[in-house]
Amino acid sequence: MSTETQSTPASVHTRTKSTLIERLDALYEYDREPVDENKLQGWWTFIAMFASEHIAGTEFVLGTLLVMHGVTAVDVFGGLALGNLLAVLSWVFMCAPIAVKERLTIYWQIRKIAGPYLTILYSGLFALILCLLAGSMVNVSTTAVTLPLHIPSPNYAAGQTVPSISWILIAIGVGTAIAVLAVLGFERLAHFAKVVAPWMPFVFVSGAIASLPSLGVTGLGNFWQIANEKIWTGAAYPGQMQYGFWHCVGLAWLCNIAQHIGMGDVTIFRYARKWQMGFCSAFGMFIGHYIAWICSGVLCAAFIHSQRAAGVTDPNPTPGNIAMFGAGYAGIVCALLAGWTTANPTLYRAGLAFQVATPNWRRWAVTMAAGVIMVVTACIPAVLHYLDRIVAYYGLFFMPLGAFIFIDFWLFPRLGLTRYYAERKGLLMSWPAAVGWFGSFGISFLLYAKDHYEFMNWVNPRLPVFLANYKADLLLLALPAWIIAVMLYTVCSIIQQRIFPVVPKEA
Amino acid sequence: MTFHTKLILQVISYIGLALSFIPALLVFGGLLSKEVYFHLMVTGMLLWFGTAIFWIRKDHQV
Repeated sequence: MSTETQSTPASVHTRTKSTLIERLDALYEYDREPVDENKLQGWWTFIAMFASEHIAGTEFVLGTLLVMHGVTAVDVFGGLALGNLLAVLSWVFMCAPIAVKERLTIYWQIRKIAGPYLTILYSGLFALILCLLAGSMVNVSTTAVTLPLHIPSPNYAAGQTVPSISWILIAIGVGTAIAVLAVLGFERLAHFAKVVAPWMPFVFVSGAIASLPSLGVTGLGNFWQIANEKIWTGAAYPGQMQYGFWHCVGLAWLCNIAQHIGMGDVTIFRYARKWQMGFCSAFGMFIGHYIAWICSGVLCAAFIHSQRAAGVTDPNPTPGNIAMFGAGYAGIVCALLAGWTTANPTLYRAGLAFQVATPNWRRWAVTMAAGVIMVVTACIPAVLHYLDRIVAYYGLFFMPLGAFIFIDFWLFPRLGLTRYYAERKGLLMSWPAAVGWFGSFGISFLLYAKDHYEFMNWVNPRLPVFLANYKADLLLLALPAWIIAVMLYTVCSIIQQRIFPVVPKEA
Repeated sequence: MTFHTKLILQVISYIGLALSFIPALLVFGGLLSKEVYFHLMVTGMLLWFGTAIFWIRKDHQV
């Protein structure tokens, strides 16, 4: 930025903003240049990375939620297969090809397309949502720690919206330990997470297999019948929305949409030798978001069944409870580590993003501040109860910027538009990107909220009949949101570039 | 770490993984009680973590 040389009040104001941008750029300075040829990685690197990163503490929660939302066995086995296939194909055909051609991080891709202001906003909001997700993982770990100490975890479905003081103290302890360890030894913990990863799927699968007899499954012959009668029954639990096949497809596709269609993983795939390595994502999706979700569904149903048989009226299928039921103390350790090993890097990344806004703070102080948000989130039982919705909001909100990268790369040259317009014009903010981003999310939210939130009931009578009759679900909005984002961004870019074309010298 | 040391550690690690899976099949088949299965799962976990941490490579540069 070369804007200010005088100390007028206006320039001081500009300078504050300018130095914020400079600080952000400096933080990512190391990644400014495309990756060198000699740093490219092979297939096994990406297989190991995806297999280890996509089996987390939250898998205990999402598989359980599908059971409680009343899906059928066909919905789970078929819907999750299709949704995860769509996710893999999104990595393969949308994210990886751009990553290997540009070899830049998501930060620099957005910076060139949307300008520094929107990049700062993206970075800050992304840090917040990372704290939220890390908090949900701490919650998972806490349910594992409190169980052997005989401290009951809150049962949100039964109306317990606030945990007990002792539970909160344990959550603070777990969260603080995670935050301190994130500050002290990230490298060593990253290695430990890599050691934990191959063992965890065995615990999920073993726990599910060993729990099947308690549901009455005696062999493969009656598995499907019991699965439909006692696990994925097709009837939602009281207070839960009814899900079906397309919700399973949508959840599996949406839950990592910020990484594939949203292009977050160009940062990873810029190290890939070829775009076909995007297929490595299948190891993460089909182990973590297929097998693990199915297994946690079995564990949830078996736990609830056994509790009801024992006379418990409101069973509480927390990650700790279902892991203990399926695999004993090994299950408890699995739930603890599944939450911890994924909360740790998530918190680290959140601290990195927050550091931009706190230039005089040391890294440890920023990470601890992010840890405070994480711990507060961990103490809100509603976060786990609505995790599928939170994940969907997160995906829909961050996806449009990835859609712009995709369109800028593939469509703009064919339309005769200039790529990286914001960078070439030296714009602080691309207004087409702002309109596309907030327009896409705003319209998607409106379409969902008008039928699901009371305070939005005024919308339907004011809409055309076909829109008023359109009952959108959050989990089914990925494609419409992408189309809206792309259309708004492209139309606005055409207008912008017609009015202010890039002269050859600039290009 | 020598080749043989690494090999021995890897064999113990894989035994740990086997103990984290095979007993569940035996429970399903009605050949093992759930209590014994829980103990074997803990044993498998200890074998895995006690050995795998020494031979699994540290993080790559990605």
